[in-house]
Amino acid sequence: MNAAQKPWEERSAARVVAPARPRKLAKVPFVELADGRLQGVVSSGSDIERVYVSSLTAANHSFHCSTNNNRPCGGIRTGGCNHLRALADEAVLQYGVARVARYLRADVADDATTGAAVLAAVNAWHEPSAGAPVFSRFLRHLAYLELSPTTEPLPELHWFPAGGAVR
Amino acid sequence: MRFDLLASPVDGVTEAYEVVAGFDGVLVAGLLRPGTEQIAALHALAAALSGTPLAGRVAEAVDKTVAGSISDEHLAALVAARSALLGASHDALLARLDEAAGRSREPWPAAGPGTPAGADNLLAAARSWLSELAIAGWRGIDHDLVSHADQAVQALLAEPRLRRLGALLDGFAGELRACAPGATMPRVPVRRWADLWARAVLLAQPGALAAVEPGTVSGRLLPLGVDLHEHPTAVQAQVHAVLETADGPRLVRASVSAPKVDTLVGSGVWQLLRGHSALLAAVTEQRAMDLTDMPITSGGDLIWSDAHAKPGAPAEPFATARVQLATASAAPVPPLERHPVRLAEPVLIEGYTATAHDDGVTITLPGLTVEVDVERMHGAGPLTPALVAASTACVGLLRWDGGWTIQPLAVEAQVKRKTVAVHAGAWAGGAADAAGAKAEAAAADAVKVLRERAGRLLRR
Ligand SMILES: [Zn+2]
Repeated sequence: MNAAQKPWEERSAARVVAPARPRKLAKVPFVELADGRLQGVVSSGSDIERVYVSSLTAANHSFHCSTNNNRPCGGIRTGGCNHLRALADEAVLQYGVARVARYLRADVADDATTGAAVLAAVNAWHEPSAGAPVFSRFLRHLAYLELSPTTEPLPELHWFPAGGAVR
Repeated sequence: MRFDLLASPVDGVTEAYEVVAGFDGVLVAGLLRPGTEQIAALHALAAALSGTPLAGRVAEAVDKTVAGSISDEHLAALVAARSALLGASHDALLARLDEAAGRSREPWPAAGPGTPAGADNLLAAARSWLSELAIAGWRGIDHDLVSHADQAVQALLAEPRLRRLGALLDGFAGELRACAPGATMPRVPVRRWADLWARAVLLAQPGALAAVEPGTVSGRLLPLGVDLHEHPTAVQAQVHAVLETADGPRLVRASVSAPKVDTLVGSGVWQLLRGHSALLAAVTEQRAMDLTDMPITSGGDLIWSDAHAKPGAPAEPFATARVQLATASAAPVPPLERHPVRLAEPVLIEGYTATAHDDGVTITLPGLTVEVDVERMHGAGPLTPALVAASTACVGLLRWDGGWTIQPLAVEAQVKRKTVAVHAGAWAGGAADAAGAKAEAAAADAVKVLRERAGRLLRR
């Protein structure tokens, strides 16, 4: 009589990705694990019109950092820059250290808790690439809040229960 | 309610799911070169539809797929076949549920074709991405293939009449993006991704999203509870309610949804919705609303507009459920929405024992043991699995995902030897406790930061 729970593979509403965790956005308004990279945008501390576009590639652990106007970041050192460090810290807040390390194929210790631990594990090296695709992902992200809400039903959202908060 | 009727299997559902499972397995490796097992599954799909009006088209689509020359039209036929099997399963399950609840349901009205949504080029772009996916298979997806959806999704979201398809594709693409490349995924959500893909193919057919002129309805609206849906870039609150009309009580829903970003979660999402439906405040205040000429679809969905609603008298959901739920009539489900995932029928259960275990909570009723759908419980309100385990009465949604489950919307539980009612949607109109209020303030701050950034960087 007890309807046994079906295996995950056979469930329509199976949870595939854990929801992101909220975090303060003032310094790093955007971070994501996408397109095979940890990538995002860091606001400049000195110029409110400027942001830095940083990314770290999972496949070869190369990193990139430049302004939204394609000027190279002046703070690039061995292993990263302040922007990449801020990005890694916020990614860990948003997704948890395990998911960030797994996505970047970073071999971190079991007790690792920080973005710095992830960066130390990958030993990132600098390779300038194009910041524009990441910046356009950020603009797309910002555009969501510009779209209007609706009171027409979206029946397909039954596949997407709010949750992930089993306490 | 005759819960014992839900304990026995519904005729044909297991068989239909076996055929669907075969087809879903084909999508794992992709439609390009189906192997022996996959070819057998495709033939089984054609055989299952052989006595129906779709028979010829499905048989042809299967032959072409096996021969390696699949077109858009053939994909649509395969999806129609899969959807027909799941639609029939939905109908059989819903009929059983109605029988168990003693619920009467109106028939689906014969309606004209409606006004096409237009934007055929956007639909074609969506279909083209969906065929690329089907050909590659879940194991064949990579970052490039996933990002091919971006432009179409953005355009679909911006077009209100195509929002349904846009929100679906965006949620689906988000999961693919997080899991790519498919070749190294530890496990594949086979049923789920086939579901999402197939529904998207259906909605991307010209005419599928045609607008039908809604009717109107008046009466006293008594909320039962809120079902909350969310993916990284969308949130929807769906209020289930009883509407007292001149013709008797009816079960209705009222939705409000908003695009969002992934870091807005938990109780932070309500503020995106609140300004667009006074009903959310009424839910928190436990009030009825008096509706005058509110638009309503044939499927029982109110198209909410504050202009047609006024705050009414206090109304407590458990009182509504006890007095009205047994006699309220239900609306039919629109044909394109018929899939077991859409089953979400409000019920009142009492006189059960609830037992907490490692994976959740089990509810034992006379004649039926049912799992609580804890994955549909969220942190945007005060209702927790622990409260459900301590409860004596529950207003919830009966759902089906390979077996019946119950999603609690509210419970009555013993807290310090007093019976209190706790509602999942209690914070819809505003958080009452300190933690909820703090999360709301943090989310408001996040929205402010992003709007400021948009103001400087987006509108250039
Ligand atoms: Zn930098």
